[in-house]
Amino acid sequence: MGKLKTQSLQKRDSDLANSNRQLEILSNGIFGSGELPTFKTKIAETNQFPLKAKKLEILQINVGYMCNQVCEHCHVDAGPDRKEIMTRETMQQILDVIKVTGAHTLDLTGGAPEMNPNFRWFVEEAAKVGVKDFIVRSNLTIIRANKKYYDLPDFFKKHNIHVVSSMPHWTRGKTDKQRGEGVFDMSIKALQELNDRGYGMPDSDLKLDLVYNPNGAYLPGDQATMEKDFKKALMEDFGISFHNLFAITNLPISRFLDYLIASENYEDYMYALVEAYNPAAVENVMCTNTLSVSWDGYLFDCDFNQMLDLPVNSKAKHISEYKEELLEGRNIVISQHCYGCTAGAGSSCQGVVA
Amino acid sequence: MSKTYYDPADLRKFGKISEWNQELGDKFFDYYGKVFEEGSLTAREKSLIALAVAHTEQCPYCIDAYTKDGLQRGITKEEMMEALHVGAAIKSGATLVHGVQMMNKVNKLEM
Repeated sequence: MGKLKTQSLQKRDSDLANSNRQLEILSNGIFGSGELPTFKTKIAETNQFPLKAKKLEILQINVGYMCNQVCEHCHVDAGPDRKEIMTRETMQQILDVIKVTGAHTLDLTGGAPEMNPNFRWFVEEAAKVGVKDFIVRSNLTIIRANKKYYDLPDFFKKHNIHVVSSMPHWTRGKTDKQRGEGVFDMSIKALQELNDRGYGMPDSDLKLDLVYNPNGAYLPGDQATMEKDFKKALMEDFGISFHNLFAITNLPISRFLDYLIASENYEDYMYALVEAYNPAAVENVMCTNTLSVSWDGYLFDCDFNQMLDLPVNSKAKHISEYKEELLEGRNIVISQHCYGCTAGAGSSCQGVVA
Repeated sequence: MSKTYYDPADLRKFGKISEWNQELGDKFFDYYGKVFEEGSLTAREKSLIALAVAHTEQCPYCIDAYTKDGLQRGITKEEMMEALHVGAAIKSGATLVHGVQMMNKVNKLEM
């Protein structure tokens, strides 16, 4: 258990900032020796290889890797030192796609998406198109990080944004250990401000969901039970309401992979993922109905593949080349990190899938 | 053969005990699974009981398993430690309560 890092792997010149190195680790060792089956072998056992993309439902846009936090488990390796930021030109290309796509959900993520200087313009323009569910993944602390962000709850409300926020635990200690000193108190304050605007209230249409991911080398517990525990604790201790809790499994890539290796938990964690493999979760795994767009406009099956530089297996590689017919039915690009989405009840950006 | 009595990796092989007696192994694991299901007690409460007993039994495999199980359920380290003290209190109480037997014996033997 080390001190919380303040720089990204990239800034620290870590070996694991290199996606090829991560993919090597995931392909060699216990998987290279055959001690554990590769993900391809495993899904082939139930005739689920190759995994194919179905109709697009969710367009997930990563507007940049810059973030005000440096979370221990971050699969994006985001942080204040990351300079990859989506330009307005790329955003315009995405808006052109939003107008023609049949996707019902637009999901903005980062880094802290609010730190992109064109974030508000993009939200205003995208809201005009009228997608059914418009999600912003907010880390909460950004709302209290600087005066210029204080009005974000009002801005979200004005555009009927569905706010999805990370909250690893209902206690200060566990939250701050993963996300940094002071994060818990700032998150509580931000949640109270969102509640004040009507977000997360029992009958409110202003949706506020929380994301829980484990604080170490173990899998998430039952989502419904965790939700009950979170709701009880946050209401009793702070008077906070929210709608749903999404329990998300940490995938063994980037900073979480770095942590697993440094803490000598990598093999046990991979064993746990493989043992919890659930073919039913494969059926609904998010890459089959989601498309991930990177800060520079390239297309990926999911945000994790984006971080591993595994582009979509399609003629359309960039948002400017987007054609639904070129992407539907494509073979999903897989590696051993995919076990993270198929363990137990499965895991996706919207929580469990099986 | 391992040169130590306990190898953490052996916990993963627990299921293999059924290979040498499938019927009894299956019966045990069925029973085990059933015990930990949600009942009059929650699965969370059962996990804490298991953690405390794992310590009083001093079973390193069980300690690993139920520490991880607790974390997965969002149980805090403070709750885990309190559960352990319950186990420790019963263990020490069980030792000390035998003192009554000692006292009875002394009283009987001494003039």
